[in-house]
Amino acid sequence: MVTPKSLAKQRKAGKVMSVVSIAKLTEAEEMLFSAYDERAEKSSQSDAAIAVLKANGLPTRRVESWHYTDLRSVLKNVPAEVGEAVSGKVDTLVGNASLLALDALSNHEKADFRFDDAIGQLNGAFATSGSSLNVGAGEKLESPKEIQNAVEGKAAHTTHTVSFADKSSGTVIERQLGEGGFATSVTNLKIGNEAEVSYIIVQGKGVEATHLGQINVTLGADANFTLFVLNTGGKLVRQEIRINVAGEGSDFQLRGVNLIGDGQHIDVTMDLCHNVPNTTSEEIIRNVVTGKGKGVFQGRIAVAQIAQKTDAKMACNTLLLSDEGDFSTKPELEIFADDVACGHGATFTDLEPSYLFYLMSRGIPEKEARALLIKGFVDEIVEDLDHEALEEAIVSIIDSWLDQNG
Amino acid sequence: MLEIKNLHAQIAEDGTEIIRGLNLKVEQGEVAAIMGPNGSGKSTLSYILAGREDYEVTSGDILFNGESILEMDPAERAASGVFLAFQYPVEIPGVPTMTFLKTAMNAQRKARGEDELATPDFIKLVKEAAGKLSINMEMLKRPLNVGFSGGEKKRAEILQMALLSPELCVLDETDSGLDIDALKIVSDGVNALREQNRSFLVITHYQRLLEHIVPDSVHVLYKGQIIQSGDKSLALELEANGYAEIIGKAA
Ligand SMILES: Nc1ncnc2c1ncn2[C@@H]1O[C@H](COP(=O)(O)OP(=O)(O)OP(=O)(O)O)[C@@H](O)[C@H]1O
Ligand SMILES: [Mg+2]
Repeated sequence: MVTPKSLAKQRKAGKVMSVVSIAKLTEAEEMLFSAYDERAEKSSQSDAAIAVLKANGLPTRRVESWHYTDLRSVLKNVPAEVGEAVSGKVDTLVGNASLLALDALSNHEKADFRFDDAIGQLNGAFATSGSSLNVGAGEKLESPKEIQNAVEGKAAHTTHTVSFADKSSGTVIERQLGEGGFATSVTNLKIGNEAEVSYIIVQGKGVEATHLGQINVTLGADANFTLFVLNTGGKLVRQEIRINVAGEGSDFQLRGVNLIGDGQHIDVTMDLCHNVPNTTSEEIIRNVVTGKGKGVFQGRIAVAQIAQKTDAKMACNTLLLSDEGDFSTKPELEIFADDVACGHGATFTDLEPSYLFYLMSRGIPEKEARALLIKGFVDEIVEDLDHEALEEAIVSIIDSWLDQNG
Repeated sequence: MLEIKNLHAQIAEDGTEIIRGLNLKVEQGEVAAIMGPNGSGKSTLSYILAGREDYEVTSGDILFNGESILEMDPAERAASGVFLAFQYPVEIPGVPTMTFLKTAMNAQRKARGEDELATPDFIKLVKEAAGKLSINMEMLKRPLNVGFSGGEKKRAEILQMALLSPELCVLDETDSGLDIDALKIVSDGVNALREQNRSFLVITHYQRLLEHIVPDSVHVLYKGQIIQSGDKSLALELEANGYAEIIGKAA
């Protein structure tokens, strides 16, 4: 982990390259660096974050974790104006959810910044606001809390801090909204012992938007955590998921749905570390690719040497509905313990012709039959949420995507 | 109602001819049984009637109510009144049976220029029809055919038939996999649908089904052709003597 202190040390030791070593800045890099230089409000932390970024530049395909999303070449330009994300312009996803405010970041929240990858660096350099939620020990949230992060046209950067203390429970919805612009959004989520938490990320931005998201989660003992990620929008999207399974007896469930239309690039990259014994996890990702859509799922599961009896399963299933579409999946298992059950599988298919024939033989026209099958493919995953109102809301987002892209 | 004229059809992928000059006429209100040895082309014929793309008609024609259906896709054929109860209904994960039924019923209504069904009316219709076939409504909440037993799948096919009220019902071995009671229930269900303007093509291996659903005509399909036709007594004769004699005569 890179902290401002360690960075200073490295710089002294000559390990961090200086700005001049980057041959030529891209347009986006120039915009970002000069936007930072012009920023009125700086701190030692934001200085440290931008320093790493300036030293390394935006990641290219030569950086392993960015191999399928060469940010340096795909990030063409960045809006010059840095503004604030807004909240409250749209209704909450489900009727009874309550909206969390977007406030200026406290120093405490800034202390959580991690600069170990480009999203963290960008966010650390620029973030000024975010939502925060602290659920006390034993507290049970009756209804979901919602974070809205809407970015229009400009650049905007937010850091959200959520914690669930021991034996608490609840559901948080994070919505990434807005028609265009450039956003980084980092969420730091701490889940205490025996807590039960569902976190739902719904990214439905406009087709011009660039969105770089990251969620960092620490999971306590005997905790149950479900993360659901739905991506339907954006031109260039990367959602990083980093899970530190730090408490024995805990369970992590990831369900992801990526609906990728023409001209979109959506990357979901997960880094899951089972660091203690007796924990379980299951990840199911379902992707639908149409037109010239491009998608990426990278799933790394690391099992520490002491993490015996880890049970981790990962599956990534993709419906490739067009010859011009593309989906890359890279599973990675790094297992240092010897008594574990870990598995992964990936499938790529078109719609099953015998299913299509069956539906059509009942009078359902081809377009509708296809939509029904695509919907079935992803709805199955939504059902795992086990929360009726949320399921309905998410299914209706999926339906409207299908109406437009199916 | 249905007229199949000198039909030749092959497997699209490799050009193997399966249907080799098949002629068959089914009148309005007629129940025609088709029997024949394994692999003779019965299911293939049913798929071709329903419009499955895996088969290519190379010559001949299929007239339904006087018009060729060869250029119609499966959905158009269904909307015009053709229904196939599959020998092996597929399981479709993720698609709830009720959603499927409603989509199918409304699609056909729409194709005929009728209004869509309101949800309460739809549910009422399904409950009624399911009740007659002893189908548990809980089963219909599951994904389409997923985990249904063999007999449940066959019943679900007849349920769809009842709800879609087609003019031509093609039943491909609907009796296989049914227990004795289910056979009676399903046959009663089919008989209840027998009407002046509804015809049936009943594919079966066994006389037993034809005791319940008494056919007006019986046809023997062998190597892609109808080699003999007769009345219900033909089925009894086949049951007693097997196919050898008839095949021998035709050769
Ligand atoms: N898609 C296909 N690919 C390869 N062979 C096929 C295909 N469809 C049908 N056939 C072959 O065509 C022949 C006729 O098959 P079909 O299923 O129509 O027989 P059937 O009369 O229904 O038999 P059964 O009584 O066993 O159900 C068989 O030899 C079968 O293997
Ligand atoms: Mg057959």
